[in-house]
Amino acid sequence: MRALAVIALIALAVLAPGAALADEHEAVQGTITDPDGEPLADLTITANRDGAEVGSDTTDEEGEWEIELPEPGSYDVELDLDTLPEGLAPREVGGEVLSGVEVDEGQQRTLIFQIVPEDEQEDPATEPEEPAEEEEAPPEGAETDSDTGVPGETETDLETPVPPQHAPFHERLAQVLLNGLQYGGIIAIAAVGLSLVFGTTRLINFAHGELVTFGAIVAFFVNAAAAGPGLHLILAIVVAVIAGALLGGGLDRGLWRPLRMRRTGRINMFIISIGLALFLRHLLLVIYGSRPNSYAEYQIQSTISLGWAEITPRDLTILVVSVIVLFAVALMLQRTRIGTAIRAVSDNRDLAASSGINVNYVILVVWMLAGGLSAFGGVMFGLTEVVSWDMGFKLLLLMFAGIILGGLGSAYGAMVGSFVVGIVAHLSTLWFPPELWNAWALLVLIVVLIVRPQGILGRKERVG
Amino acid sequence: MSDRNNATAALADVAAEPGVAKPDPILVADNVQRSFGGLHAVDVDHLEMQRGAITALIGPNGAGKTTLFNVLTGFDRGGSGDWRFEGKKMSRLPAHRVAHRGMVRTFQLTKALSRLTVLENLQLGATEQRGEEMFASVVRPLWRRQEREIIERADELLARFRLDHLRDEFAGTLSGGQRKLLELARALMVRPRMLMLDEPMAGVNPALTQSLLEHITDLRDEGTTICFVEHDMDMVMGTSDWVVCLAEGQVIAEGPPQAIGSNPAVIDAYLGKQHGAPPAEELTS
Amino acid sequence: MDYSSILTSGVYGALGPVAIGYVLAAIGLNIHFGYTGLLNFGQVAFMLVGAYGVAISVSTFGLSMWVGVLVGILAAAVLALILGIPALRLRSDYLAISTIAAGEVLRLFYRSSVAEPLTGGVYGLQRFGDELLDLNPVPPGIYEVGPLAFTARDVWLMSVGWGLVALVVIVVYLLIHSPWGRVIRAIREDEEAARSLGKNVYAYKLQSLVLGGVIGALGGMVFTIHQQSAHPDGFDPVVTFFLYTMLVLGGAGRVLGPVLGGLLFWFLMLSFDAFLRELMATGYIPPEILVPSDVGALRLALVGLGLLLLMAFRPQGILGNRREMVLDVR
Repeated sequence: MRALAVIALIALAVLAPGAALADEHEAVQGTITDPDGEPLADLTITANRDGAEVGSDTTDEEGEWEIELPEPGSYDVELDLDTLPEGLAPREVGGEVLSGVEVDEGQQRTLIFQIVPEDEQEDPATEPEEPAEEEEAPPEGAETDSDTGVPGETETDLETPVPPQHAPFHERLAQVLLNGLQYGGIIAIAAVGLSLVFGTTRLINFAHGELVTFGAIVAFFVNAAAAGPGLHLILAIVVAVIAGALLGGGLDRGLWRPLRMRRTGRINMFIISIGLALFLRHLLLVIYGSRPNSYAEYQIQSTISLGWAEITPRDLTILVVSVIVLFAVALMLQRTRIGTAIRAVSDNRDLAASSGINVNYVILVVWMLAGGLSAFGGVMFGLTEVVSWDMGFKLLLLMFAGIILGGLGSAYGAMVGSFVVGIVAHLSTLWFPPELWNAWALLVLIVVLIVRPQGILGRKERVG
Repeated sequence: MSDRNNATAALADVAAEPGVAKPDPILVADNVQRSFGGLHAVDVDHLEMQRGAITALIGPNGAGKTTLFNVLTGFDRGGSGDWRFEGKKMSRLPAHRVAHRGMVRTFQLTKALSRLTVLENLQLGATEQRGEEMFASVVRPLWRRQEREIIERADELLARFRLDHLRDEFAGTLSGGQRKLLELARALMVRPRMLMLDEPMAGVNPALTQSLLEHITDLRDEGTTICFVEHDMDMVMGTSDWVVCLAEGQVIAEGPPQAIGSNPAVIDAYLGKQHGAPPAEELTS
Repeated sequence: MDYSSILTSGVYGALGPVAIGYVLAAIGLNIHFGYTGLLNFGQVAFMLVGAYGVAISVSTFGLSMWVGVLVGILAAAVLALILGIPALRLRSDYLAISTIAAGEVLRLFYRSSVAEPLTGGVYGLQRFGDELLDLNPVPPGIYEVGPLAFTARDVWLMSVGWGLVALVVIVVYLLIHSPWGRVIRAIREDEEAARSLGKNVYAYKLQSLVLGGVIGALGGMVFTIHQQSAHPDGFDPVVTFFLYTMLVLGGAGRVLGPVLGGLLFWFLMLSFDAFLRELMATGYIPPEILVPSDVGALRLALVGLGLLLLMAFRPQGILGNRREMVLDVR
């Protein structure tokens, strides 16, 4: 019966379908910003049809403009260069005119004029390209408020030094290996926690990336935010790690432990972690905003030379500190009581429980450790690149790659795997465009699954 | 209750020694080995199982009984060796092909398909179903008649195992003993020539145990070969026609139940492993 | 407060092309996750190859849109095989991670400058659905149903879209209520048991992955053809998470679960959106607390919270059966 009712509902939907608001006119619209993303006001835009002007508008304080059009058809839309501030220009020579813009019935078409500093203007004669434009911003708006989706932005900007193409190959190789090691160190610090959580609870925590972002953002607020106390970054790291540990512990006590007590299935837990990830990530977006920021200290540094490769003191410190932290974690796992208990719970939870280990306490410690380590990794990541609301999610897939490469559930494997991922990502830039470097790291993950699913360090046994 | 039946009679003249040849073996295994990280869990030189008989596989905990089962039935494909079923090579065949050949197993921890009904559990057991092909499945007329026949057969088995009142319940709601019966009935839907039962009596209350044992002997009398893993000697004595004892992965003794009960190697294996656990009256009977 | 405009935004959202595309993709995911128990966290990858199958065929190679549809379906099947052949032999965790990774790899590749000659890179591809629009038999004009108004183009595209949903639902119903469906549900419950009964579990899982993937590709095609625009960043991993929310909301492992869940999900999303904006416009929420640009993020935070609470307290969704759910021992 229920099925029938729903079929009726669908039938109704077929009879009365609809999407766009039909009472609206055709229009072209857009938002113009300067290269830093600040809106540009008082620019004049005109729409022409067959050489005759059909409408014009001036951008407001938000940089927004809209021109209503008389009917569907093909229009030429022009940005008046005289209204553009000194030193700025369209990304391409001639980019101020978007010609032949097709507007359908009832469509409000979004157009993008890309503005760059005058000296960065490209000549389409050397690099032919379509006019930059974007159709109707998709209403599902998965990312409506972020800056992703704006044409021209590359996925991850390489900030680490890249040797000039004319440098000898061995120097370029040395440089990318060094960069890769440093990147891998950051992934490893964040991934160890993920791996320990998986080891002790069998949960693949999709919300782990948000622990990374959380740490980076906490450090930003106490370090560089206008309203914050402006602590030095080193103190900010301490605050962030403590906050991260508390968040990790809080999540275990407030969410995961109750779910374990209710014997929630493993697969349901996966999906709960996805919900948690979406929730935390977008909460951070609301609080932090979509604009990336940097920390107050250690931003501009000149590189020091290490023979074939060069590195900034900041990045060198990050590399050394990551290795020290990883060693400390390994020592803790091997030498301390709690470390032994963690390994025991990872090996066999029931056995550990029956031999008197307080499993819930061990798991709480693991979560706090994971929270603290991720926060630390987050600050390191924010230092080498920028602090942004989705940085953790970008790192999450690389962490997954790292722990699978190293053999699911082994903390040491996660460390080794993460370094491999970091190095592969940077190594790929020797031959392939840097925008694809994360893709290569993930591709390695898939290839490893095909040829050696137990991971690099995993024991050779059938996994399924 | 074990009257002298055909199988017992056929095995009467077979010597009670490890690896002995049987008059009409359905399963012949040679050099079956399986090791985990250097430890030989199974290391069987030669083993034959008589057609139409109930063979019990006994041994102390960790003797490798279940591992041997897993290797023979294709569930553990890390093993090596040669084994033939009804004269055809079956070593290293994947589990579903083993089942197609007619050797069907059950599990120590029953695997009821919880969110399928009892009837659906049985229906699943039927092989060569046309409707199980993806494209044919959408065209109902292609498989409707066969489905009706399958349901008829399933209903007969449900009645035989007294599960008919639970026909449309989810299998997950059944008690432990009912699940054992369900698993047995489901395995029979495959029309097995040999049933491999992994501890069929584990976790079943005594009343149900008795009826399970009767079902098993009935199946033997109808011509199905049965091999079961058991670690309680009690069960083995009354039911089986032949007993194979494993210890540390090797066959240390085989023979008719009475002979095995008094076999010093078997007593040693049990005493050594279990610190005096085996019931003495069984061993001396 | 203009409640009727809030509700109409919700209804437009629930019936619109994006909802249709997502519903189709969720039906595919239901076959994977709801019936076979496969943890596919990269359903968006199938949507992407489907959408770009059409877009590239038409916009880049000038082929017919119908050829493009075939290309998209084929691409989804190939993707399913490439992912499934290695990963389906492994534990379910591995499939989860490799599918989400594959989705990201594809998105990054499609938006890269390397692929730009084919895919238009970050600019995407436009205007590849004209053939479908040209078939529109609905006379031009505005069609009003109560407070809702649709153009002839909308009526046509919605009819095609929901018609496709109905067709797919019927096929899925037939598949699930057949011996084939019984086998994949058995695999969901316990692979080893299915194997012990002579079922080639691996082959069935592969079939399920291909079938659900192809349906996902159809979903990707539907909304990009409607928008006449395909952008790689519309295929973010978050899309898959939306699909899971829709599925769990409606009831995983129910034929109509993803349809009902999808309608409700989009209705709630867009009416919540309109509601918040209304609150801001009328000054109930002062700009110091929230600005309009926060609405999208807040909405997604709410989706996350909703998914979390649903999974924790009502994992069977609307159409599910509590009694059945407590038997879920995975």
